[in-house]
Amino acid sequence: MASMDGYFGSYVVVVVLLLIGVGIFAGGLFVNRMLRPDRPTPEKLMTYECGVDPVGEGWAQSQIRYYVFTYLYVVFAVDAVFLFPWATVFAAPGFGMTTLAEMFVFLAFIALGILYAWRKRVLAWT
Amino acid sequence: MNNPAPNLSDFGHDPLWLSIIKALFIFVFLMVGVLLGVWTERKLISRMQHRYGPNRAGKFGLLQSVADGLKMGLKEDLMPRTVDKVIYFLAPVIIAVPAFLAFSVVPFGPMVSIFGVRTPLQLTDLPVAVLLVLATASIGVYGIVLAGWGSRSPYAILGGLRSSAQVVSYEIAMGLSFVAVFLQAGTLSTSEIVAKQAGGGTWDILGMHIPTPSWYVFSLLPSFLIYAITMLGETNRVPFDLPEGEGELVGGFHTEYSSSLKFAMFMLAEYVNVFTVSAIAITLFLGGWHAPWPISIWDGANTGWWPMLWFFGKLVLAFCFFVWVRASLPRVRYDQLMAFGWKVLIPLNLAWILLAATFRALRLPEVDRGGILALGAVIVIGAFAIWLRFDTTNQRRRERKAAEVEEEFEQLREEPTAGGFPVPPLDLPHYHGVVPAARLHHEAKEVTSGSN
Repeated sequence: MASMDGYFGSYVVVVVLLLIGVGIFAGGLFVNRMLRPDRPTPEKLMTYECGVDPVGEGWAQSQIRYYVFTYLYVVFAVDAVFLFPWATVFAAPGFGMTTLAEMFVFLAFIALGILYAWRKRVLAWT
Repeated sequence: MNNPAPNLSDFGHDPLWLSIIKALFIFVFLMVGVLLGVWTERKLISRMQHRYGPNRAGKFGLLQSVADGLKMGLKEDLMPRTVDKVIYFLAPVIIAVPAFLAFSVVPFGPMVSIFGVRTPLQLTDLPVAVLLVLATASIGVYGIVLAGWGSRSPYAILGGLRSSAQVVSYEIAMGLSFVAVFLQAGTLSTSEIVAKQAGGGTWDILGMHIPTPSWYVFSLLPSFLIYAITMLGETNRVPFDLPEGEGELVGGFHTEYSSSLKFAMFMLAEYVNVFTVSAIAITLFLGGWHAPWPISIWDGANTGWWPMLWFFGKLVLAFCFFVWVRASLPRVRYDQLMAFGWKVLIPLNLAWILLAATFRALRLPEVDRGGILALGAVIVIGAFAIWLRFDTTNQRRRERKAAEVEEEFEQLREEPTAGGFPVPPLDLPHYHGVVPAARLHHEAKEVTSGSN
């Protein structure tokens, strides 16, 4: 076992929690498999479509909007993450005015992005 | 014990057995928390709706969730014929496991002694702890998308898309609402953010020393309000519970997980997520494990194991807030939900970050105040000009739309079939309270049900 000290020590603990989680859920699903009855019939294994026979192959076509929103998410989530390190060093000596002005410019670019999406009617639903 | 509040350097020294004890505690705490949380929610919302709620299993129905959990564990598990088996199986695991991970950076209390080892009441802390929370929330979205995709059912895929679009949209607003906190605290580490909320400073104004409240909910109220809204959207709770809709989507992304242990895992993840966002609200805005005001007068309130009690108390109150909102508010329409997230919460958030940064800069020593104020004025005027321009454009568009609709109605009034739809004439007599002669004279024969 590697030392728990140092920079990655804290991450090791997160991994320990992850492994415990996977273990508990895998164990739960395994016990469930051992205990539950299993008597499938063709009717039971049909896709649920409110009692009528399913139509088609399953997947339905849907609006492109969801995809566009995911794109917007990638753009803005990355932008938002850039704000975090800025916020932590903001008050440190030697930053101050310049940092503030730069971040205002950056935020203006983000705001421009939203305005662009807004103007292009991406944010409207109908 | 001169400084009970831990900081980053106190972490990473735990022996392995202690880490495992803490990790297991988090799991047990969350599992029991979900069992009690479901019961609390059902009981509380029943009382709010003048019902009794579950009262059969155990005293006060306390064992109801246990009974439901056992039932789900023992029921037949159907795997519909058309599903993508691997993805269908993995989706609940992907959604449930990361839900627990976020709790590893939540501070439950200060330094205590466990079996002779001095350790903080927190599993771990990272220099980027809050980022870890956002990351685990994002991994949870994979579970939603994959459950919708793997089920291969129109309801599931629509619900999955809807839910993921909603969660990612509100996640941006959520991340932005943290920025002001980081500005104030100067760190992303949860334990240090809590430590920063320990004691308020004083505000020197006109020679008077006014003590400022130390919790960020007071100094950063707009951030907290936005966060409180986004945490409802992030966890798919009322009024933003659109992924499920009995009338349109059945169960949304978990429609095909009929009633098995896998469905229980989705439920578990949902409730754990509610606890997580509540715990983050407490950590970032509500003082973490620090005692609230009347109790904090007592010197021992923030030492030893007591803070855990305050933390749990706050968690229960935050959870009750979720239930209260659920009992009080109707759900919003999906387009309104997205419009609210993108057109209101995110722009407001950006503006508030500018404002908070300006205030913070003004309070820094050795800084050019005149310059900052000038910068601030330029920004405010610029933002106002953009908004004005935007508003007039919107207004013009709305008027044009209204004129179009009015014109169409005008045309339909003259010629009902103009729209191309087989519509009934818009001037039928009974629209005007005129009863047709046939019905008036009982000439119509009654048809009993069951006859043909």
